[in-house]
Amino acid sequence: MKKEIIIAGFGGQGVLSMGKILAYAGLMDDLEVSWMPSYGPEQRGGTANVTVILSDTPISSPVLDTYDVAVILNQQSLDKFESRVKPGGVLIYDPYGIHHKPTRSDITVYEVNGMDAAIDMKNSKTYNMILLGALLAIVPVVPVESVMKGLQKVLPERHHHLLPLNREAILRGMSLVNGK
Amino acid sequence: MDEEIRLMKGNEAIAHAAIRYGVDGYFGYPITPQSEILETLEELMPWETTGMVVLQAESELAAINMVYGGASTGKAVMTSSSSPGVSLKQEGISYIAAGELPALIINVMRGGPGLGTIQPSQADYFQATKGGGHGDYHLIVLAPSSVQEMADFVCLGFDLAFKYRTPAMILADGIVGQMMEKVRLPKQRARRTDAEIAEQCPWAVTGRPATRKPNIMTTLELESSTMEENNRRLQATYERIRSNEVRYQEYYTDDCDYLIVAFGSIARICLKAIEEARAAGIKVGLIRPITLWPFPTEAIASMAQRVKGILTVEINAGQMVEDVRLAVNGKVPVYYYGRMGGIVPNPSEVIDALYRDFPEINPER
Amino acid sequence: MSYEDIKKPENIVYQRPALLNGNHMHYCPGCSHGVVHKLIAEIVEEMGLQDKTIGIAPVGCAVFAYNYVDIDWIEAAHGRAPAVATAVKRLNPDRMVFTYQGDGDLAAIGTGETIHAANRGENIAIIFINNGIYGMTGGQMSPTTLEGMKTSTSPYGRRIDLNGYPLPITNLLVGLDGTCYVTRQSVHTAAAVRKTKAAIKQAFKNAMEGRGTSVVEVVSTCNSGWKMTPVQANDWMVEHMFKKYPIGDLKNTVNPAPAAHAKGVETHPKQ
Repeated sequence: MKKEIIIAGFGGQGVLSMGKILAYAGLMDDLEVSWMPSYGPEQRGGTANVTVILSDTPISSPVLDTYDVAVILNQQSLDKFESRVKPGGVLIYDPYGIHHKPTRSDITVYEVNGMDAAIDMKNSKTYNMILLGALLAIVPVVPVESVMKGLQKVLPERHHHLLPLNREAILRGMSLVNGK
Repeated sequence: MDEEIRLMKGNEAIAHAAIRYGVDGYFGYPITPQSEILETLEELMPWETTGMVVLQAESELAAINMVYGGASTGKAVMTSSSSPGVSLKQEGISYIAAGELPALIINVMRGGPGLGTIQPSQADYFQATKGGGHGDYHLIVLAPSSVQEMADFVCLGFDLAFKYRTPAMILADGIVGQMMEKVRLPKQRARRTDAEIAEQCPWAVTGRPATRKPNIMTTLELESSTMEENNRRLQATYERIRSNEVRYQEYYTDDCDYLIVAFGSIARICLKAIEEARAAGIKVGLIRPITLWPFPTEAIASMAQRVKGILTVEINAGQMVEDVRLAVNGKVPVYYYGRMGGIVPNPSEVIDALYRDFPEINPER
Repeated sequence: MSYEDIKKPENIVYQRPALLNGNHMHYCPGCSHGVVHKLIAEIVEEMGLQDKTIGIAPVGCAVFAYNYVDIDWIEAAHGRAPAVATAVKRLNPDRMVFTYQGDGDLAAIGTGETIHAANRGENIAIIFINNGIYGMTGGQMSPTTLEGMKTSTSPYGRRIDLNGYPLPITNLLVGLDGTCYVTRQSVHTAAAVRKTKAAIKQAFKNAMEGRGTSVVEVVSTCNSGWKMTPVQANDWMVEHMFKKYPIGDLKNTVNPAPAAHAKGVETHPKQ
């Protein structure tokens, strides 16, 4: 098993931390993992993306030009990465702020209304966990329990009271997909 | 602390490994993309546990001279920076080499010249392997390609630095500094005691007991014949290092018709390209130099007897390719492919470069 | 009293300190460096600090200080002695660490290191020989060269409009919370030498006790560079250098004797 995933959006949408939690979940599952961010000024509100690879064999390149899965959270990222999803791969996008929808027919495209769900949950910070839930429903690369264990590692102890909220957000994201 | 598997950035791994190795002091100055090293050390507060000194200096100049001072007292000391900051450190590095002092310097390279970019680069290859500062000296230069090697090379770098009494450098790029991977951290080693330092480093400047003559750390020698002797001693050390410490890794070289030479994280991008090329029936191999100085000249020379051509891939304008050409000595064609300015080539660009330079293997020809 | 009697230990009233070896000094006759070297050797001996003392030598005339005083030394790059001393002291906190620097080293190329080491309150002593000239390289202008003073790079005299004002860097260090003792002395008379010795001793004591940074400026002559005889140079120093760089304690938070309070200088007890 090897999944090559790109997550891309605006800085501040939780792109890097979503990838980080996914990588930690992989670590909990004894997978080989790599997390390669775009770094620098992107952290201050420009576009941000992170490549996450989960594999049961050693990972060669952390830098990729094509991906099995793309999670896309803004128009610039859609324009940049739609063509780079491998044929037969998966593209998940949030339609919020998207003017030109994806057009490819040789990949499976999922539209996930994460922003609406986050507004509904009255907590914008759950946004990336909702998307992560959707990703896990579509590509079950790690079980939710591993994600929760990963979260426990990533979050400092003083924030552990937020674990149930994050779990709820992940499940909400999963139901957005499965409900369709 | 016991051995432990963690997920972390390469920069963070360096900080953890330094504490666990029993490093005595770190002196640094913030610069992207390596500031996590100092930040992680400040967060971990090793002065409370191992007694390691961590200090944010007022400049890269001060930091490298703190390393010079600390190393003069026999302590295991280090600094880290990124390209422009490492340029500033060059005078001090020359002094450390001249003083025959063990120390570890880390360069997490970014694109230059000038202030350049904060994105990854390998454009300091010449600076690291050919001197950098003034005078005839070399550093032992280690090029990590994974987060695990970032941690491992802290330990290896210090071991070699003390073994040969010469500064070592970890020459990493922004990719391996910023990416997260699994890393096995070694178990905690005790810092050396003053008695152990006095025994292992009889040259150390520690305060003069009545039983010995003064220990003096100086790099000044106005008597030319003595200065020439000092240089001969340095060169003899470099010769021993050349004989004993060349390190490299080979991939798919048993049956390859073509060879790629690449170091650091770029070697892994090339490896992915090679896996794809092999799936298409093209036999390509890879040599990844781990020590950039001393360079694996003989390994590459011997491959040149067997392959039809060699491609080096670097994120610079073509620096290591010169050492590869010296090793190959005209036996087979040696080409270069690279990107600059902080752009990292992806695996398909590497395959395209192979097809460009060796059109006979291009399936579309 | 015969010569043999005079040599008897009980009759000795003065001798070269044991740590000041017999090496022939490269300093010019009349130079202040030799006197200050002797004081350091005497003080280290008297305080019993030989096995604890690490000296940091500068680039400048005193670059060879390690050839004359038989303690452990590190020869620093030009201006970097306070950075070197910082690491040496922090990694070896029970040692007595001092730098020995001239005005080019401390007040020009090493200004940043000087100010930041003092501002961090590094527990070191800084001995600052200020003779207003680069002696070793042949008499060029330094930051502390007085207005109108002729040097090889100000052959018609230092001009304020071209080169700025003479830099009283020691006064700058007074204002930093990291310094505990800042004093300006000289070694041109026997009485002055005794005062300088007391000052350096205080600085070394402060360094051992972890009181913060101590700075002992020794206003000095460079009769070769100044193109004078040693006696003329001393007179010139008293007349001109002391005006710009007046002698006396500028700050003493450790032993605030009444005389130690310089005019209008606020002192900050170190926490």
